[in-house]
Amino acid sequence: MPLYEAVVLALGSIRAQKLKSFFSLIGVLIGVTFLIAVVSIVQGMNVYMTDKFAGALIGVNTFQLRSRPNIVMGNTTEEQWRAWNRNPRITLEDAAYVEEHMQTPARFARVGFDRISVGWRGKLAKDISVNTTDAEFFTIKHWNIEEGRAFSQQEVNFGAQVVVLGHDLAAKLFEGRDPIGQTVTLGALPHRVIGVIAPQGTLFGISLDKFAVTTLGSPVRNLVNRPHVIDDFHIQAQNPDQMRAAMEEVTVLMRSRRGLRPGQPDNFHLESAEAALATWDKISKILFMALPGLVAISLVVGGIVIMNIMLMAVAERTREIGIRKALGAKRRDIMAQFVVESATLSVTGAVFGIGTGILLAFAVRAFTPLPAAVAPWSIAVGVGLGILVGMVAGVYPARQAARMDPVVALGHE
Amino acid sequence: MTDALIRLEGITREYQMGAERVLALRGIDLEIGRNEYVAIMGPSGSGKSTMMNMLGCLDTPTAGNYWLNGHEVSRMTDDALARVRNREIGFVFQTFNLLPRASALANVELPLVYAGVSSKERRRRASAALTRVGLGDRMHHKPNELSGGQRQRVAIARALVNEPSILLADEPTGNLDSATSEEIMRVFGALHAQGQTVVIVTHEADIARHAHRVVVLRDGRVDTDQRTPPTVATAAA
Ligand SMILES: Nc1ncnc2c1ncn2[C@@H]1O[C@H](COP(=O)(O)OP(=O)(O)OP(=O)(O)O)[C@@H](O)[C@H]1O
Ligand SMILES: [Mg+2]
Repeated sequence: MPLYEAVVLALGSIRAQKLKSFFSLIGVLIGVTFLIAVVSIVQGMNVYMTDKFAGALIGVNTFQLRSRPNIVMGNTTEEQWRAWNRNPRITLEDAAYVEEHMQTPARFARVGFDRISVGWRGKLAKDISVNTTDAEFFTIKHWNIEEGRAFSQQEVNFGAQVVVLGHDLAAKLFEGRDPIGQTVTLGALPHRVIGVIAPQGTLFGISLDKFAVTTLGSPVRNLVNRPHVIDDFHIQAQNPDQMRAAMEEVTVLMRSRRGLRPGQPDNFHLESAEAALATWDKISKILFMALPGLVAISLVVGGIVIMNIMLMAVAERTREIGIRKALGAKRRDIMAQFVVESATLSVTGAVFGIGTGILLAFAVRAFTPLPAAVAPWSIAVGVGLGILVGMVAGVYPARQAARMDPVVALGHE
Repeated sequence: MTDALIRLEGITREYQMGAERVLALRGIDLEIGRNEYVAIMGPSGSGKSTMMNMLGCLDTPTAGNYWLNGHEVSRMTDDALARVRNREIGFVFQTFNLLPRASALANVELPLVYAGVSSKERRRRASAALTRVGLGDRMHHKPNELSGGQRQRVAIARALVNEPSILLADEPTGNLDSATSEEIMRVFGALHAQGQTVVIVTHEADIARHAHRVVVLRDGRVDTDQRTPPTVATAAA
């Protein structure tokens, strides 16, 4: 019997017992749902981490010289924390030294920041991340000015009290009015608003646009850090290779400047997206490793359920088997009929699973910031697994059917 | 060796019932020629159905030989027997044995499916067979939408569709009223008149009358074997 006819026949008997069929499909359905949903979510997470997280938080081809890590993912020992806390702070002099001696072409921006209140006409936005920095910082961060302008390096050098606001902060303080030219207070210090930065969206649901940027020379720096101390020294190379070279250079320069002997650990930290992403990479690898296990468990359960359903079907249809044999069905015809039926049953489950998996992925996309996208290969794998599980589960019941004695089967009530 | 269509030599069929052995057939010798119309009779338990299963290659003998159309079928493998059933034998059962979910047409197509006939050709031959038994207008009905007599005619169409050497019927009228039985017997008569070899098992003398030869079994042996002129015009229908 041609495969297509066998499948039509199988669909007929599946339809004849809808409810029983549906329950028998649940195992495969769940397994494939897992597969589709987890793959799409993890891949969405990947895109999110590399694009948003790395791009927005740290910057492309950029690393920071810091006294200790800013973003720490995964477990860290108590000891490690204490070691980081003992590290000397990065100073303006460190930054000048590195900038002066570095060979690899790069952009530099010194940054000091803290969470302080920003006010305008009695309105107060608390806990706003205020950055004091160089003019290059705008370039490194890829910030688009939506209104007004950024500050220049001259303004930085003479400590101009000007500020550029993040989109959300401007919206919150000015509620639609034009902020340019207005004077806001950073802490208690008056600063003139000269620009607003276009929105960058959210990261893990937190707004990336509630911040303010002012000049490194602004008196605010005294609220932010002790004199001469900065938090980050941002260094942006032109490409990933040069960035790696630059990181090595900075390590060498800082070690020699701080007089570290070989074997002594670094007492500073270079933070790059790569390092932060490495942790995410580890997490996603674990998820991808756990995935086959999860999927396998539900598929094995699904396979067992299908095998039972098929054994029941064979018992119920003993007479049909007898009739078919009397009319000339060979063992392999009967075998094929039930294996195809089992595979069709299982693939039906897989198809429903793909459907729910896609729905889940869409839900994640709609209700979370993750750009979860269904991977075509996971659909193919889902269908393939469905066929495989059904065929394997169907072999034993099908063999029972194929071996029946025709006279006995025909005599069956 | 004769050119008989069926030749049985010392056919024995033994069943093991726990410790007990039941001899359903005890050395049957029988020949049936082409275009014969044979009725097998005998009391209940005499071995009629066992013999039918043997003739139809659904069962194999414990001892003895069976030649069908010149081939020794008593020692064939399961799959070889399936092939013989498909090509050489048409079965009609007392309980019709139609697939309940399939239409009359699909039921009749079934032997052709296992013969590997293309679906277009199957359709053509199955509708021809249904037309031949007078059901040309019921092809898409399911068995439960047909009367008993109509169901049995579907079964006959199915038995004929592969042009078998013999048509075997085990109490084909056992589930039908007497009027419908007569109608079915007329179909068999007509098929025989067209050259079909027919073997039927029956309890009823009225039914056996249609045949040209009556073989009576008793305790698994051939008791009598008589050629009788038919008392009913079988060439009617
Ligand atoms: N599967 C079986 N196992 C054991 N004994 C069997 C089996 N099938 C038939 N027999 C026995 O073989 C003998 C012949 O049975 P068979 O069914 O051939 O009789 P029959 O002539 O067709 O009877 P009936 O007219 O009642 O249909 C009986 O004694 C029966 O009990
Ligand atoms: Mg019987």
